[in-house]
Amino acid sequence: MTAKGIRIQGLKKRYGSGDTAVDALKTVDMHVAPGEVVGLIGPSGSGKTTLLKCLGAVIEPTAGKMILGDDVIYDDGWKVKDLRALRRDRIGFVFQAPYLIPFLDVTDNVALLPMLAGMPNAEARKRAIGLFRALDVEHRAKAMPSQLSGGEQQRVAIARGLVNRPPVILADEPTAPLDSERALAVIRILNDMAKKFETAIIVVTHDEKIIPTFKRIYHIRDGVTYEEEGEGRGFE
Amino acid sequence: MHSWGKFVFTGMGLGLLIGITLSMAGIYRGMVDDAKVLLDNSGADLWVVQKDTLGPYAESSSLYDDIWRGIRGMPGVERAANITYLTMQVGKQDGDVRAMVTGVTPGEPGTPGWPPYLVAGRQITRSHYEAVADIASGFKLGDRIQIRRNHYTIVGLTRRMVSSNGDPMVFIPLKDAQEAQFLKDNDAIREQRRRTAENPAFNRPGVPGLLDAVIASQSTNPYVNAVLVRVEPGHAPEEIAESIRRWKRLTVYTRSQMEEILVGKLIATSARQIFMFLVILSIVSSAIVAFIIYTLTLGKIREIAVLKLIGTKNRTIVGLIMQQSIALGLIGFVVGKISATLLMAPIFPKYVLLQPLDSVMGFIAVVMICVLSSIIAIRAALRVDPAEAIGG
Repeated sequence: MTAKGIRIQGLKKRYGSGDTAVDALKTVDMHVAPGEVVGLIGPSGSGKTTLLKCLGAVIEPTAGKMILGDDVIYDDGWKVKDLRALRRDRIGFVFQAPYLIPFLDVTDNVALLPMLAGMPNAEARKRAIGLFRALDVEHRAKAMPSQLSGGEQQRVAIARGLVNRPPVILADEPTAPLDSERALAVIRILNDMAKKFETAIIVVTHDEKIIPTFKRIYHIRDGVTYEEEGEGRGFE
Repeated sequence: MHSWGKFVFTGMGLGLLIGITLSMAGIYRGMVDDAKVLLDNSGADLWVVQKDTLGPYAESSSLYDDIWRGIRGMPGVERAANITYLTMQVGKQDGDVRAMVTGVTPGEPGTPGWPPYLVAGRQITRSHYEAVADIASGFKLGDRIQIRRNHYTIVGLTRRMVSSNGDPMVFIPLKDAQEAQFLKDNDAIREQRRRTAENPAFNRPGVPGLLDAVIASQSTNPYVNAVLVRVEPGHAPEEIAESIRRWKRLTVYTRSQMEEILVGKLIATSARQIFMFLVILSIVSSAIVAFIIYTLTLGKIREIAVLKLIGTKNRTIVGLIMQQSIALGLIGFVVGKISATLLMAPIFPKYVLLQPLDSVMGFIAVVMICVLSSIIAIRAALRVDPAEAIGG
């Protein structure tokens, strides 16, 4: 798969119509290159969640353009018929809580996605184990989610986001419940994975502990994005 | 999974309900089996009973105790024997037991109506005051029991000799049983004699022996409840039955007809009651499964939204919920089967016959109930918006 990150141009989202219409996204322009991790920061009600839902192909924008890799997926209307398959194969998600399936073991939780995409069981599990190795949770491959620590669960959730090798990963407050040390560890992992798999990662966060690690940050306020150079400490 | 404990405990609770359901089915099977055993152990091919009655097991039946002689002389009849049945409280020193007292004709083992085998002791050899009891009565060899005013010694014990109601049988000599059916207390006898003596129709000065004859006839019981007939090999029971009906003008039932009366009429009400219990228990089980699966599903709305968001098809989510529901049913069935077999059946006061086919049908019913009960939860899951996975 060619991975060219994600580019968003003039994205708008309006809820309702007439006098009660609300413009949640007025003008959103973003570009995240493969291997890059950018922060998306904004106060409550600024449009972060709406933007994430649009990028995740969960709700339809009102106007604008979204290009994923080489493919235009939205241009004043969806250009992809099967949004479920788009989310499954080309967009990875990492959430504030891991939300692992409690009655599947760790490997099945991760291997489920490629299997849903049609990959043979053995190959899917092999790919999951490979990611566990990279994320240092290989020894927990047979465990049930409830047997893992919070940090381990979040690493498994990252593996689930990466397993179909999507060109973009949307991470929604991935460090919110973690202490500083673990939060930084998660961001380090995301940076490593972005580089290793040439994945563009957008991290929505309020977490001041991790903001200094981004090289590039998008601020969103009243539905409009502004790009800013970050402190860019990164993890080199 | 934080809900594992709730899940397993619910499965165990459901299992107890399933255990009761299986036991109820076993009670019905036991009643049918008791009825068949009662007929099998009587050693009869035909039951001759009072005309136009259903016979002694279902309703009152009275025949003169000399009718058997005429039946015995008919072609094709190997043996014929009187029998009486009386369900009553049989007294023992430390209490009493409800039992079906059966009066059997003096004879030898193999006589119709006699217990076909004993597990201890011997058959009745004297004409009076000996008894053979089913082991379910709790009586032991040598026990002294009281039937009406007479005392009997237990000389033999049988097993699985019970009435269609599950009451253990106590066999005593026929004459004693006739007396037990008829015998009144002394005050009642004296009152009857006084009334008879005051009746000018019986106390005629010109006929001095009449009053004594009437009183004597009132003091004996010439009736039995049925005549059991064994047909000679090579003769069709139905043909002999038809012959008795025609020449003796009595009602005769074959083995299959008597079974139909016992199972189809006598046990029918109990069967309907048990069926209603099964229906109620099934509804309660369904409600429990539906409630717990629905609750568990609502507790996993965010996980379901995540599954949908990452591209899981609806049928996969439906499959996962059904797996959970069927797993609950499997836990319930295993617990239910174990509790019915090891806990409920052995201590239940009636014979409980747990048949493998009933277990198979019960298992299929449990799976179907679980599948149907998961529909509400599935509807809730399918309504979940994947967007709920994103944001606060």
